[in-house]
Amino acid sequence: MLRRAGPFLRHFLLERNCSVGYSSYCSEAKMSRPVQARRLEGVDKNIWVEFVKLATTYSTVNLGQGFPDFPPPEFLKEAFSRAVSGEKHMLHQYTRAFGHPPLVKILAQLFGKLLGRDLDPMTNVMVTVGAYQALFCCFQAFIDEGDEVIIIEPFFDCYEPMVKMAGGTPVYIPLRPKAPKEGKLMSSADWQLDPAELASKFSEQTKAIVLNSPNNPLGKVFSRGELELIADLCVKHDALCISDEVYEWLVYDGKEHIRIASLPGMWDRTVIIGSAGKTFSVTGWKVGWTVGSNRLLQHLRTVHQNSVYHCATAAQDAVAEGFQRELEHYGKPDSYFVQLPRELQQKRDQLVQSLVAVGMKPIIPEGTYFLVADISEFKSEVPDVPNSDEPYDSRFAKWMVKNKGLAAIPLSAFYCEAHKGNYNSFIRFCFAKEDATLKAADDILQKWKLEKTAP
Amino acid sequence: MYSRIFFFLLFLIKFSQFLHFSGIKGMLFVSRSLCCRGIGTYQLQTNLLSRSIKLSASDTMAFRHKNTRRIEGLDSNVWVEFTKVAADPSIVNLGQGLPDICPPSYVKEELAKAAAVDRLNQYTRGFGHPSLVKALSQVYERVCGRKIDPLTDILVTVGGYGSLFSTIQALIEEGDEVIIIEPFYDCYEPMVKMAGAKPVFIPLRYKNGGNSASSADWVLDPAELASKFNLKTKAIILNTPHNPIGKVFTREELQIIADLCIKHDTLCISDEVYEWLVYKGNKHTKIATLPGMWERTITIGSAGKTYSVTGWKLGWSIGPQNLIKHLQVVHQNTLYTCPTPLQEALAQALWVDYKRMDDPDCYFYSLPRELESKRDRMAQLLQEVGLTPVIPEGGYFMIVDVSTLNVDLSDVDENQPYDYKFVRWMISSKKLSAIPLSAFCGPETKRQFEKYIRFCFIKKDSTLDAAEVILKNWKKQRA
Repeated sequence: MLRRAGPFLRHFLLERNCSVGYSSYCSEAKMSRPVQARRLEGVDKNIWVEFVKLATTYSTVNLGQGFPDFPPPEFLKEAFSRAVSGEKHMLHQYTRAFGHPPLVKILAQLFGKLLGRDLDPMTNVMVTVGAYQALFCCFQAFIDEGDEVIIIEPFFDCYEPMVKMAGGTPVYIPLRPKAPKEGKLMSSADWQLDPAELASKFSEQTKAIVLNSPNNPLGKVFSRGELELIADLCVKHDALCISDEVYEWLVYDGKEHIRIASLPGMWDRTVIIGSAGKTFSVTGWKVGWTVGSNRLLQHLRTVHQNSVYHCATAAQDAVAEGFQRELEHYGKPDSYFVQLPRELQQKRDQLVQSLVAVGMKPIIPEGTYFLVADISEFKSEVPDVPNSDEPYDSRFAKWMVKNKGLAAIPLSAFYCEAHKGNYNSFIRFCFAKEDATLKAADDILQKWKLEKTAP
Repeated sequence: MYSRIFFFLLFLIKFSQFLHFSGIKGMLFVSRSLCCRGIGTYQLQTNLLSRSIKLSASDTMAFRHKNTRRIEGLDSNVWVEFTKVAADPSIVNLGQGLPDICPPSYVKEELAKAAAVDRLNQYTRGFGHPSLVKALSQVYERVCGRKIDPLTDILVTVGGYGSLFSTIQALIEEGDEVIIIEPFYDCYEPMVKMAGAKPVFIPLRYKNGGNSASSADWVLDPAELASKFNLKTKAIILNTPHNPIGKVFTREELQIIADLCIKHDTLCISDEVYEWLVYKGNKHTKIATLPGMWERTITIGSAGKTYSVTGWKLGWSIGPQNLIKHLQVVHQNTLYTCPTPLQEALAQALWVDYKRMDDPDCYFYSLPRELESKRDRMAQLLQEVGLTPVIPEGGYFMIVDVSTLNVDLSDVDENQPYDYKFVRWMISSKKLSAIPLSAFCGPETKRQFEKYIRFCFIKKDSTLDAAEVILKNWKKQRA
């Protein structure tokens, strides 16, 4: 209000006849009030813009941003090739706005099977531009000013600005590390929610909780008991659950990914989010989806039709073929959903070994392709700066990429501003990389260790 | 004791009625089944009742998760109905703006090439793939005659639609007014509303003169336009070449708009997705190139319309850094990146055409030549049925007043505008689809435009041939 009163008064006081004078006055008025909308307040910073630039400039081995450096599976590449060069030239034109029919049909079939439900492809599934846009639709559809959204720390960083942009208030609850058993390495399973603390975060204003399992960055795969705890609170407080399950296929050591929407009372209040990028190692295709009850998805459709409307057609067609193939091979050893986690588990173990050998303490992830490691042993490399605005791990990660060529992401990136200092000696590595890349990372680390211990 | 049971059963009936009234499905069934049970199942009944109350209570409570205020009333959409209808292959679809012609082969080849490169199947730069923003900056530097920084002055988005959304979310908020010229591409209104702002409409008006109806005959009244600007006016949305009428705003018309933008310190959101599709005798002028306009204009473009690949859903916003940076903030909080292989392919296609921008074979010029003959054919077919189409100066749509056909639809649902009824009738009885024009109007002007329908003519010859058959038969039936 005051912002607009200012130029209004000046308008009266400084009126000119000459249009040139008027326009220069007007450009002054323009400068005195911000041109951008208030919804952008506090959401302009973004860790990736900085760290991706650093990695591009300095890194020789990039274990930072989460994307595979190995190729997508052949069957999927072939499907895309058929979609773009084949006879179906209409695949270069608009498809159905809420999802290409072959894709929503196969998603309804697959998730129907996984959830033990009959799903209608037209109303229980919506395709989005990556899981990122699915999250955006959820917050825009359900979060109004004054609504609270519970976010579990550490969290995929976009949840916070998206809640804020929707006018909501994020309420944080941390996963707290318990000491591992004697002689064992810490596991992501050792990071847990305190039930009483979680219950205390739910209030009359709580509209939703965001669940990310398997969790980025820790790799935690929430157990049935942990999910039941969350589910009970959602039912009790009538809260929604936005369930980010993009890493659903990447679980290790025989663990099971449990879908919270399958727990009693949860189907009607959960939106499940998935990603072709993570499922099929094609992050650059930006195909994602939401699955849920029509009563919830109808509002996602409204946001979608007023923001992007359609998603690109050809990639959807290819992903549909990919899922068709996977449904046919479901549970068999040559299923990509079986092979990929098997390969990634080996890579995980390889990275764990490298890190242990040099004195970084890895937290063994139960899922995802991320691994968080404690770098306390290396702190002497990067002196602490008291009263610094920047969290220690961020300074460490920047120093490491510039001086060692190894890119990783500081764990503080996944915490709210107030809590960034809480776990500031951890960094996150992505191990969805070719063996050669992981070997190169190992070489850097080994060399670094030698330099440290050399007199 | 029997009276106790009786009262208990009565309570159940009343309670189930209450719950039913509250909108719980299935409770009546449950309560009826309870009433039929005997005394011995009393315990079972209470258990069943309490569990059903708990579930039904959560059923009632789940209704609290309605839509947010920002999307209130924005759920309906003309396309949902009319694209569904047109999916029927027996219908000749001249409705949705969907080319059924092939994109140029080099464009498809570039996409196939890009997808074969492993790295191009993973994330690229959020605000736009480097080779694409570079190519866009080159093309538009040439067109605009000014330096355009690929990293700060350009944002790549999901189609022209995504560009509009990023622009409006970045720069428009509650308390703002946004001027929208009618008829308008239908998404402008809901997007402005979703941003909490108020749309202010001004219609293009038909000025009489001459025999042939051209899109040039539809003009803004300068005094009327000036009256729409006030202190709250944050932006005006301009669409040139115009969808649906096909008007190509002249430099003089743009100057009037520009003068008002400067005078009132207003932004200009210039939707120029059809920028290359201008026909002989017309020139597309970019309002951002007028004096004083670069710093207040976001210009929107589309790969879908440039290369006949609407299914790629790639668009871009170009403007000064101090505006584009806010669009980038929206983008990084909505979808972050656009698909990589599509962006790489588009970059390569743009280089091909950039290099031949002095050559008539450049696709930017060959496509409008191809479309001009389709436009003329479409116009002729409509004229033969006795209609007077509005000949577009640009774009690939043509509007026509169908009231002269005097099709009596008074027995059909009263509340719908005439053009909606007409199009539905035409689809079912003539197997030809179009789009009703009142979908592109604000509430005040719907009556004015309800006699017009819009045809899309970016169609292959066989589609136009099929349309010709229908229209010729129609003419015979009228004779």
